[in-house]
Amino acid sequence: MAKDFEVQVLEDVTIRFAGDSGDGMQLTGSQFSNTTALFGNDLSTLPDYPAEIRAPAGTLYGVSGFQLHFSSLNIQTPGDSPDVLVAMNPAALKVNLKDLKPGATIIVNENAFDQKNLKLAHYESNPLEDESLDGFNVIMVPLSKQTAAALEGLQLSVKDIERTKNFFALGLMYWFFDRPLEPTLAWIEQKFKKKPIYLEANQKALTAGYYYGENTEIFTTRYHVKPAKLVKGSYRSISGNEAVALGFVSASVKAGIPLFLGSYPITPASEILHELSNFKNFGVKTFQAEDEIAGIASAIGASFAGNLAVTTTSGPGLALKSEAIGLAVMTELPLVIVDVQRGGPSTGLPTKTEQSDLLQAMYGRNGESPVPIVAASTPSDCFDMAFEACRIAVKYMTPVFLLSEGYLANGSEPWKIPDVDALPDIPVHYWKDKETYQIYARDENLSRPWAIPGTPELEHRIGGLEKAHIYGTVSYVPENHELMVRMRDAKVKKIQDEIPDLEVTGDEDADLLVAAWGGTFGSVSEAVGNLRKKGLKIAQVHFKYLNPFPKNSKAVLSKYKQILVPERNLGQLSKMIKSEFLLDVIEFNKIQGSPFKSSEIETKIISLLGGENVN
Amino acid sequence: MSTNNVMENVKLTAKDFATNQDVRWCPGCGDYSILAQVQRVSPDLGIPKEKFVWVSGIGCSSRFPYYMNTYGFHSIHGRAPAIATGVKLANPDLSVWVAAGDGDLLSIGGNHFIHACRRNIDMKVILFNNRIYGLTKGQYSPTSEKGKKTKSSPFGSIDFPFLPVNMAVASGATFVARSMDRDPKHLQAMMLRAAAHHGLAFIEVYQNCNIFNDGAYEPLTDKETKADNVVVLEHGKPLIFGKNNDKGIRMDGMNPILVDLSSGEYSVNDLWVHDEFDENPGRSFVLAHFSDLKNFPTPVGVFRQIQKSTYDGDLFAQLDEVTKLKGKGDLAKLFRQGNTWEVA
Repeated sequence: MAKDFEVQVLEDVTIRFAGDSGDGMQLTGSQFSNTTALFGNDLSTLPDYPAEIRAPAGTLYGVSGFQLHFSSLNIQTPGDSPDVLVAMNPAALKVNLKDLKPGATIIVNENAFDQKNLKLAHYESNPLEDESLDGFNVIMVPLSKQTAAALEGLQLSVKDIERTKNFFALGLMYWFFDRPLEPTLAWIEQKFKKKPIYLEANQKALTAGYYYGENTEIFTTRYHVKPAKLVKGSYRSISGNEAVALGFVSASVKAGIPLFLGSYPITPASEILHELSNFKNFGVKTFQAEDEIAGIASAIGASFAGNLAVTTTSGPGLALKSEAIGLAVMTELPLVIVDVQRGGPSTGLPTKTEQSDLLQAMYGRNGESPVPIVAASTPSDCFDMAFEACRIAVKYMTPVFLLSEGYLANGSEPWKIPDVDALPDIPVHYWKDKETYQIYARDENLSRPWAIPGTPELEHRIGGLEKAHIYGTVSYVPENHELMVRMRDAKVKKIQDEIPDLEVTGDEDADLLVAAWGGTFGSVSEAVGNLRKKGLKIAQVHFKYLNPFPKNSKAVLSKYKQILVPERNLGQLSKMIKSEFLLDVIEFNKIQGSPFKSSEIETKIISLLGGENVN
Repeated sequence: MSTNNVMENVKLTAKDFATNQDVRWCPGCGDYSILAQVQRVSPDLGIPKEKFVWVSGIGCSSRFPYYMNTYGFHSIHGRAPAIATGVKLANPDLSVWVAAGDGDLLSIGGNHFIHACRRNIDMKVILFNNRIYGLTKGQYSPTSEKGKKTKSSPFGSIDFPFLPVNMAVASGATFVARSMDRDPKHLQAMMLRAAAHHGLAFIEVYQNCNIFNDGAYEPLTDKETKADNVVVLEHGKPLIFGKNNDKGIRMDGMNPILVDLSSGEYSVNDLWVHDEFDENPGRSFVLAHFSDLKNFPTPVGVFRQIQKSTYDGDLFAQLDEVTKLKGKGDLAKLFRQGNTWEVA
């Protein structure tokens, strides 16, 4: 029998699922995201997991989390501070408590708060029994016991039953936030088709969790977040890595040439390889190479032979690819290099996000070695920028960087599905004409002809040695070298002629401009939006093109008295702006393996604008 | 195919495969002979000139592509097998060849070499083994003998060398041969065999560096000593060598035994009969190790040739298979994979 409960309508909610890295929190979070997306909310997610695949159970460092911000309004970030925490054990509670909003709801698996787990989490006393959670709305649920009860009679081991409790928690949250069970039930059906016992167990646990909410006295309120008013169209949920993969396939279709990916698995870029390896019916070739260098080297070979070649990696892998990128610069072959940035240097923080490879992309090679750089600003923007990177690579016969980062790669949001016919064609002209062919003759874009092996009478040799202007034979002539260095530089600068101008949003006449790049877009936009609502005058620009910068960059930047550059590094874009435009900027740097909270940026802006009292 | 017609009408010659670039190897370098033999056999392979791609890394021998009037890629140190892999996977119709030195292929590029062998990419890898770093002016290489005195090992190298043939066999290469720069006929024969092989074909060529390691192979190439130091492997033939064809190798289990045929104790019928197509790689290893054994001859010829599916063949078969199964890719459908929803 259903009880009476209050339904509260909320504009937006940030929820975080946290548990052991073996508790299935990423799965739980992504299921909740999918259902929420289908329900029509705008959303943004932030998976946060340890580098260890299965860290010892119950430990603080083994805690895996998945944060999701969903709303009936448009949102830009995965949320600063959770309103709701689902904590599967004491460690998950301890690690995440400091991030919660005051008065947040905490749903805990009370069965996990035994002596052993409390000790592992370094709790002196049980936080469920002392005052440490005063001020929070703590809801204790016997998750493990309830799951076991729900699965009684099924031939499952204790371990297997314990493993299903995430679905019980998910079902409970579906009830709490008034979401349908059907999408996850269907997903379980599909996933466990061949293992009927798990299919039944997971579906039972999910449903039991839902009805536990419905039927127990513990919950007096449930919450409703109405669908968001997004732009008209068809939507799906997409992560940054998925979007990059789709962007590449689309570019291949629109260029009319096969896609070749040479790659070596690395966190957090591997999903691009996984995704693309599914698209064989698009003629996509994925080559899992023996190492990072072979990943890019094979791509360069494939490019020489006429494929649309890409390679994917993260910071340490990019370091290994440096020499080969120089080769692609020298041989002027189209190639896209994706760097899904993570915390560095060295192995750094493999599963944590950072945007600290900008200067590596810009300068991390021997010699004068210019490479165009584009950067994605949101998960769905990864699609557009992957497509754009391919277009530039082919048009200008050059390697191109696409910078993404862990936060965009793993985070997801609704993606307005583009109209395939509206995507532009990418013209590809393999050179055929013997009479006019010279290896390094240049067109109006300064790019050289792409003559691929197999073309009769255009046999030629390229390579890493400096080549003679126009003729492409090996040349050590000093003047020729300088000419070619300048030519390669001019070619990359020329891209400026056609890339979109830097667009100012907010108050054109503001005193303060916030200039950012890459994955900080969401937090900056939200912060600027919030403060403008409160009456502050602020302008915002976001760099999606970092080499070359948009043509109007200097004109735009020069208009503002103060330029704030928030970056999750020690000021890499700041350095580039200062050296390129001789303009001073105010750096705002955070290097903690996580995105900016919009509140952090707000506080900074307020302090710059004189600390005025903002209401 | 039209390209075949061209081949029937115009017979190419070695000259057609030479470029107008001055060859810049040191006078007397063994690389000249290898280049000449490649140019000589290329017209006989029945492959249109535009379908050849020569890929190299860095080193003296890596200048090779500049002298072949085909498509060519002089890349970076050690990476030739990886770049060549990309070329072949982009267009399996191409005949892809790698020219590499011992430092390039076995030291900095060792990983790419063994993985290319493992995958059985349909390409030909020619190792110019002079047992020295030439372009950097004379340091010991991964094939230099232990104790070698060079600029970087003035008191003798303390590195054990690789046996390239063993690396190739152990890594799964499906065609493995050895030849010498100073035996043009044999080298041509090996090139033809390699070209005809479907899969990764590896030829180790003993090549003399007359500047930094002159005479490294002299006992094997000198008219006086050659017969006593080299055994020519031929399929189905016993392992006989020596000036008077009076020495042979017999097998005692997996142990090779040097025997004297003139003593009357053993006859030709007791000798090891070479089987190129032996699926078991064991005997190839034993053969390659002759160089470690006192008084044993160095084998040249085809050590091993087996048939296995190629990576490139399997890749394209899989593309076809999945396309048949799923239908040709449709972007609009792909975008809508999974759950979608409409906002009105």
